[in-house]
Amino acid sequence: MAIIVVDVMLKPEILDPQGNAVASALPRLGFTFANSVRQGKRFEIEIDGEPTPAQLAEVEKAAEVLLSNPVIETYVVRVEK
Amino acid sequence: MSLDTVAIAQSTPENKQPFAELGLKPDEYARIKEILGRRPTSSELAMYSVMWSEHCSYKSSKVHLKQFGDKAPISDALLVGIGENAGVVDVGQGYAVTFKIESHNHPSFVEPYQGAATGIGGIVRDILTMGARPIAVMDPLRFGPANAPDTRRVLPGIVAGIGGYGNCLGLPNIGGEIVFDETYAGNPLVNALCVGVMKHSDIKLAKAAGAGNLVVLFGAKTGGDGIGGVSVLASETFGAGGSTKRPSVQVGDPFVEKILIECSLEIFAEDLVVGIQDLGGAGLSCATSELASGGSGGMKVALDKVPLRDPSLSPEEILMSESQERMCAIVEPQKLQRFLEICKKWDVTVTAIGEVTDGERLEITWNGEVIVDVPPRTVAHEGPVYNRPLAQPAYIDEVNKQKITLPILNSASDIKAAVLKLAGAPNLADKSWVTSQYDKYVQGNTIQSQPDDSGMVRIDESTHLGVAISTDANANWSYLNPYQGAKLALAEAARNIATAGARPLAVTNCLNFGSPEDPGVMWQFAETVRGLADGCLEMGLPVTGGNVSFYNQTGPVAILPTPVIGVLGVIQDVRTRTPMSFNVAGLDLYLLGDTYEDFAGSEWAFLNGERVGQTPTADLAREIRLIELLLEGHADGLFKAAHDLSQGGLSAGLTEMVLRYFVGATITLGNVGIELLSESPGRVVVAVNAGTSQALSQLATKYSITLSKLGTTGGDSLIINDCIIPLSELRTAHTSTFPTLFG
Repeated sequence: MAIIVVDVMLKPEILDPQGNAVASALPRLGFTFANSVRQGKRFEIEIDGEPTPAQLAEVEKAAEVLLSNPVIETYVVRVEK
Repeated sequence: MSLDTVAIAQSTPENKQPFAELGLKPDEYARIKEILGRRPTSSELAMYSVMWSEHCSYKSSKVHLKQFGDKAPISDALLVGIGENAGVVDVGQGYAVTFKIESHNHPSFVEPYQGAATGIGGIVRDILTMGARPIAVMDPLRFGPANAPDTRRVLPGIVAGIGGYGNCLGLPNIGGEIVFDETYAGNPLVNALCVGVMKHSDIKLAKAAGAGNLVVLFGAKTGGDGIGGVSVLASETFGAGGSTKRPSVQVGDPFVEKILIECSLEIFAEDLVVGIQDLGGAGLSCATSELASGGSGGMKVALDKVPLRDPSLSPEEILMSESQERMCAIVEPQKLQRFLEICKKWDVTVTAIGEVTDGERLEITWNGEVIVDVPPRTVAHEGPVYNRPLAQPAYIDEVNKQKITLPILNSASDIKAAVLKLAGAPNLADKSWVTSQYDKYVQGNTIQSQPDDSGMVRIDESTHLGVAISTDANANWSYLNPYQGAKLALAEAARNIATAGARPLAVTNCLNFGSPEDPGVMWQFAETVRGLADGCLEMGLPVTGGNVSFYNQTGPVAILPTPVIGVLGVIQDVRTRTPMSFNVAGLDLYLLGDTYEDFAGSEWAFLNGERVGQTPTADLAREIRLIELLLEGHADGLFKAAHDLSQGGLSAGLTEMVLRYFVGATITLGNVGIELLSESPGRVVVAVNAGTSQALSQLATKYSITLSKLGTTGGDSLIINDCIIPLSELRTAHTSTFPTLFG
């Protein structure tokens, strides 16, 4: 069994209202370390056995079509053991 | 990229500049050089290119739009007319109301959710800048065929975007339209209307008067959002390879906008601004040049002081950025301290970026070096004006001379099939799937919303004064005859206000068309404007402002000419409004108005694949009499219900009425095929108490409006002659369309 992880982030030039809200909440709670915060999403997709290149290509396609909005977001597909 | 200053521009006149890529024509570029007496700097070129784009300069429409001023009816109601961010109308009791529609069509096709969301944000700020508190929004929408795959991508995204942004702002969405037609595939129309209310004394204008006053930027920080969005997105047709043309999308943050609204209203209440402008399309280029030309003309801005989200932005990009939720105010120096305090209280970023000067130049510097030095009027108001060639397209004569052939209703089962087909047609079906995603009741002042004839909100909780708004367009009629189409849409919107008992006062519009470089499209546009201006003059309704959206086409195919007309009216006491339907049995149902064989451009014709024939001719004198009749009957408390007939004719009108409160009706018709399905304009179904028919008949005689008895209310079926349609069956047909199509 393996887990394929897809991380989706807003493209760097796109405004991230959620990340900004977190960034301004941190100092209110006493955390002063952050210059800025960007928030994304992470998908964990469980499959049987080791992923084949064909399966990974399928996941790439799904990430492009469904998991991310390619107009404003980027994604990274990786395998977690 | 090295900084291009005025000094460098003077010394390097031969430098090649990418004016064509920015959408400027060679003669427009030559004119900029003539105005400046040198080549423009790259920052100046950015400003001129974006401000002289079709979207900002109205260069193709200006010569026609003049008619709204030239033919303006005399009206006491208009406090601020065309030219400001939005027109302002007097509604009595010291209240003024401002309303406007804008389009956000192209951005919503690229990224439906954010495009629609920022469309709401932009129109709300337009209303806010007049000094008004925004109180409601409406959204007229047009999509490709309901069952097309791309519609399933675009529609849910746009609806979610409107709901997401509007609901977060706490603004009720009180109506709009949803229409499907194949010409909108690849070019949906997303128009957004906002209405705001204020006291007369609170009206604010976009001007920068008084040398020494400060130019203050407040709201969100500036990022790379939608750079060139206005000129590239709004002025170029989508073609092959569209993805490479996509600039970065503007993302809206409704919570920042909400704070900006409250912050601005507090600043207005303390009278801290001389002039104000929101940053929408063309961002700082637009705000600085328009504020400066609205005042004496002189302004100095230090662009490096603009707070940035992305520090790598170049001056050109800062000038063109369309980052949302930003405003620009002109503030007297002694009031700056208080202004800053209020911004701090609301946690709004604020920076003084320049000052008004007594010169006539807009001068923008970057770290001390002059990068823009222009006469602001040449940027904002004296852009190119085109008298584009226009010619009646060949299709007009062709479609007008054709006769429509439609199926004839012979039997009870034919009638039933037609009523059910219309009830479930995407253009007429129940829209709750969409409108239930919008908050209709937030703020607690909503009196009417979808599916009523108009949206209505209370503006004073003690006197119950209210305003009603309706937006209408029948693109099929405009396609067959744009002049009549505009007049008919105007009449319909006004009628939709009057059925509830509100008096129509003023008009706004959003004119959605194909490419102005096509003489046929330009003719459609010119005829539409002529029709609307003539109609407004005849009905005594001033146009308070509006928006033109050109280049709505995919390849060579233009959208149907779609002039969305918004009419605003006032009602003295919202508690007395006439509802659109009846909730008791035993009322008499009457039809006001005449029914002819008007099938051209009708929904019945559309469903049968016909878009030919001649539209009805608008009889606005009769429309005015009908409106006066409705208002007098309302004042007398005569009507238990009143509902306008438009798309889908009597069939759709009765469907909406009986399903509203689930009370049936028994109707007797003569020539059932015509009476049920024709879309003759100027018709209203009213319900009255059985004993008051005499009073109704006197009213009809007084205003010379044809009155005919339709039947009575009651039962759990809609019965038309010998055809019986159980309400449950009718409801299933009416309500299942959208859930089936869109999940």
